[in-house]
Amino acid sequence: MDPISLFHYLTVAAILFTLGAIGIFLNRKNVITILMCIELMLLAVNINLVAFSTHLGDLSGQIFAMFILTVAAAEAAIGLAILVVYFRNRGSIAVEDINMMKG
Amino acid sequence: MSVIALAFYLFAICVVAGGLMTVISRNPVHSVLWLILAFLSSAGLFVLLGAEFVAMLLIIVYVGAVAVLFLFVVMMLDVDFAELKAEMAKYMPLALLIGLVLLMQFGMAYGSWEITDSARAARGAVTPDQLENTAALGMLLYDQYFLAFQLSGLILLVAMIGAITLTMRHREGVKRQSIAQQNARTRDETITLISVENNVAPKSILPSQDNSKKVVR
Repeated sequence: MDPISLFHYLTVAAILFTLGAIGIFLNRKNVITILMCIELMLLAVNINLVAFSTHLGDLSGQIFAMFILTVAAAEAAIGLAILVVYFRNRGSIAVEDINMMKG
Repeated sequence: MSVIALAFYLFAICVVAGGLMTVISRNPVHSVLWLILAFLSSAGLFVLLGAEFVAMLLIIVYVGAVAVLFLFVVMMLDVDFAELKAEMAKYMPLALLIGLVLLMQFGMAYGSWEITDSARAARGAVTPDQLENTAALGMLLYDQYFLAFQLSGLILLVAMIGAITLTMRHREGVKRQSIAQQNARTRDETITLISVENNVAPKSILPSQDNSKKVVR
């Protein structure tokens, strides 16, 4: 009897997701850290998907984990490109300074 | 405690510690390195789960590409990060409150939840017994999910073009080769014939004189 069950993996994913959410609120001014926290949350989602996939014996979960990986990579590339352009124009990456479009 | 359980707890502790230090680390370079630790240990968790292909993909894509991209940007931007981190203590109560609420929601969801028998019957792609993980994923990806696979490739293409067009800039004063301009040159606008008198400097090459023929490069 394997003592490590699905619940263990779900707990790890839940803790990781919560850490990512806390990090977004904790680093209110630093866009780079916010992007890293989003990556952490996506990783937690991936852990959930793969854990359920293995537990149920359904491979679709791992397929969708790969798609999430793709979207996360694209999002990181675009986000960092926007950040570099913004820093080039304004000389700062603080979230509070990003108010030119005024919503 | 079996080896698998030991490995699970090792990787789980590494994942949680990596996530925690990513969030609270003061130096963003350290943050990225802790993020890499979290990615690597979760790849270990995936191997324990039997999803080797996704684990290797996680190492290649996240550690090899995304984390290195973060590292480049963090080191390239000359930002005073100490100033950005200064207000962290101010938001601590709000962040802890939201984290607590989220954790309680997860606990409520996971505590009262169980897999029904119909869930097993409703599986979309049952894991085949005789194939290994990578081969089974390939059979599924190139067959049932082929359209989604192609669309994810399109997303990557759009992201690549977007990132290039966003960050590309033309500096003034940098000489670049323009092949069209080079090919468009004719003999008339590049060569000037001067009849030179004996013992007199040719006037047309003196800088003070206005030369009607434009010299290209």
